[in-house]
Amino acid sequence: MWDYTDKVRDHFFNPRNAGPLADANAVGEVGSIQCGDALRLSLKVDPESERILDASFQTFGCGSAIASSSALTEIIKGKTLDEALQISNQNIADFLDGLPPEKMHCSVMGREALQAAIANYRGEVWTDDHEEGAMVCKCFAVDSVLIENVVRANGLTTVEQVTQYTKAGGGCSSCHEGIEEILAKVCAQGGTEKIAAPDCAAPAVTVKPVTFGIPAPAAPPAHPAPVAAAEPPKLTNFQRMRRIEMVIESIRPTLKRDHGDVEIVEVDGSNVFVRLQGACVGCMMEHATLGGIEQKLSEELGERVRVLPVSMMAAARASV
Amino acid sequence: MSDAPIYLDNNATTACDPAVVEAMLPFFTEQFGNPSSMHSFGDRVGHAIKTARAQVQALIGAEFDSEIIFNSCGTESDTTAILSALKAQPERNQIITTAVEHPAILSLCDYLEKEGYIIRRLGVDKRGRIDIDEYRSLLNDRVAIVSVMWANNESGTIFPVEAMAELARARGIMFHTDAVQAVGKVPIDLKNSCIDLLSLSGHKLHAPKGIGVLYLRRNTRFRPLLRGGHQERGRRAGTENSASIVGLGKAAELALAHLPVENGEVKRLRDKLEKSILAAVPHCFATGDVKNRLPNTSSIAFEYVEGESILLLLNKLGIAASSGSACTSGSLEPSHVMRAMGIPYTAAHGAIRFSLSRYNTEEEIDRVIAAVPPIIERLRKMSPYWGENGPLDKAFAPKYA
Repeated sequence: MWDYTDKVRDHFFNPRNAGPLADANAVGEVGSIQCGDALRLSLKVDPESERILDASFQTFGCGSAIASSSALTEIIKGKTLDEALQISNQNIADFLDGLPPEKMHCSVMGREALQAAIANYRGEVWTDDHEEGAMVCKCFAVDSVLIENVVRANGLTTVEQVTQYTKAGGGCSSCHEGIEEILAKVCAQGGTEKIAAPDCAAPAVTVKPVTFGIPAPAAPPAHPAPVAAAEPPKLTNFQRMRRIEMVIESIRPTLKRDHGDVEIVEVDGSNVFVRLQGACVGCMMEHATLGGIEQKLSEELGERVRVLPVSMMAAARASV
Repeated sequence: MSDAPIYLDNNATTACDPAVVEAMLPFFTEQFGNPSSMHSFGDRVGHAIKTARAQVQALIGAEFDSEIIFNSCGTESDTTAILSALKAQPERNQIITTAVEHPAILSLCDYLEKEGYIIRRLGVDKRGRIDIDEYRSLLNDRVAIVSVMWANNESGTIFPVEAMAELARARGIMFHTDAVQAVGKVPIDLKNSCIDLLSLSGHKLHAPKGIGVLYLRRNTRFRPLLRGGHQERGRRAGTENSASIVGLGKAAELALAHLPVENGEVKRLRDKLEKSILAAVPHCFATGDVKNRLPNTSSIAFEYVEGESILLLLNKLGIAASSGSACTSGSLEPSHVMRAMGIPYTAAHGAIRFSLSRYNTEEEIDRVIAAVPPIIERLRKMSPYWGENGPLDKAFAPKYA
């Protein structure tokens, strides 16, 4: 059984605003072809103020799809259309105190229904650019389509790079086989484009060859030997700080994409203290986020470092 | 009316029979010996395992007790069977299976396909049946093994494995069947069949989890999965899970004794449940080959509603069932079994499997019959595919992402 929050359960067992809306003047109908879920969102919009007076939903979907729809109607009631358009799927998930990573697409469906309904009201045609695949990385909720697109757009060849660009694989590491399969598939399809797609904000960082583990999947005919583990050169203190900063900078775009951020507060021996910001604060993935940063820093520096929240700085120092 | 929990998910796992637990208990305490040891501690355990082997042998009608190999689970049995066939016959590189196997077979075959093996997956018709002529046409000298489940876990549909094994034997091809759902529910007589390997799992027949059996017909070429010890005559190394083996033996004895109950009372209750729900709820249907399926299984597809929502509402009433819906499994796709049968998304997502056991009572079934229709009605009221009193005339056609 899924680990649903009490809020999700409440909105599933006692859905708000379920059913058709008789005098609706904006209707959005969307579905997710991947999982078969579908949602009709009906709004009653005041033509004068463009304020949403009433909202209702009809959902064909699982518990979290119904809960997300219910939450959405509660969030948008009373808002103007422009205010409503600011709502992200993360807002819907936050309203429900979080959704399991596999169920985040339910909140995406809610946001899309809202966009479609508003487009319908304004007489516009809503087109969707969102496509999702099977969940690969459960720690960071990254699906196969996103990974594939990023791999293709940025010419990625290793699991480490995929983690760097998408966070996928940066947590418990059990999805590395799945990521390797995607890398091999893209490679077999003629490799990568090396042209940054508009959607993929590629962090400006040069990626070193892998320093441990997984050989790069090769193009079908040639099978070069795995890159030998190069001994990381000894860094000066200044170089080390710069390197840490560079790694953190490379991670920030992916966190920002989820409305979060991170800053370095202090580097003390092998402890790196950071402050998580925005949506990262109190996020249930906080631990996994820190773990991902830690793994990447350790790889880049060629030494084991610990990434700790700034709140632990005093305690860590006292224990030395 | 009582609100005690009702367990109708016996194809997922079963409760341990109290007699099984009782038989096992001494093997956690005074009977802790290693059956390989020379002293009396080990000797008694060795005898108990011998008894259990005979009990399992009787349940599946094996000719020799040495054909029973105890291991850890159905998945291990499946994996051992397939990999053994490939290792023992390196000149053969094809596997014939079906599109509706358990993931224990399908995932392994997907993996082997990447390694270069050729996998032939038999499709099924809308009732879940395979085409025997298509099967016949796939048999050739490059096939290492055929692996076809005895009965499907989702729909309960029974495959003609005995006839298929005969056809394989005639072409000199090994035949394996994943029978974890069938053992204890349908009579099995391996000595009079052409089946070479069979997987069974303890926890599907009221034995504990973590114990399984691979039946290996004498003189079948075999390569062990685990090497390292002489246990199970060197075919499955690792110190015996003696308590669970004893438990499985007891469970096998009980299952054999209760076969008439499974095909009598359990089947009657299943039929009553299914008939009553189909009569009370519009726009739903039983999936699978209803005339030829496990006596305990009913899979009903409720159109225009989604399975996980049904399960959550059933669970609130203390009723445990399972669903072929994507949303319960962590993958986004609906059940591969429902898709293979060509059942449309809007029905496949609402497929609910009720699987009974000999512990279910008439009173429980009556409670479920009363509980289901209001749940479906409630969810349909929320469904965009559903109008006031039935499915919308104008099909709901959402913009798909």
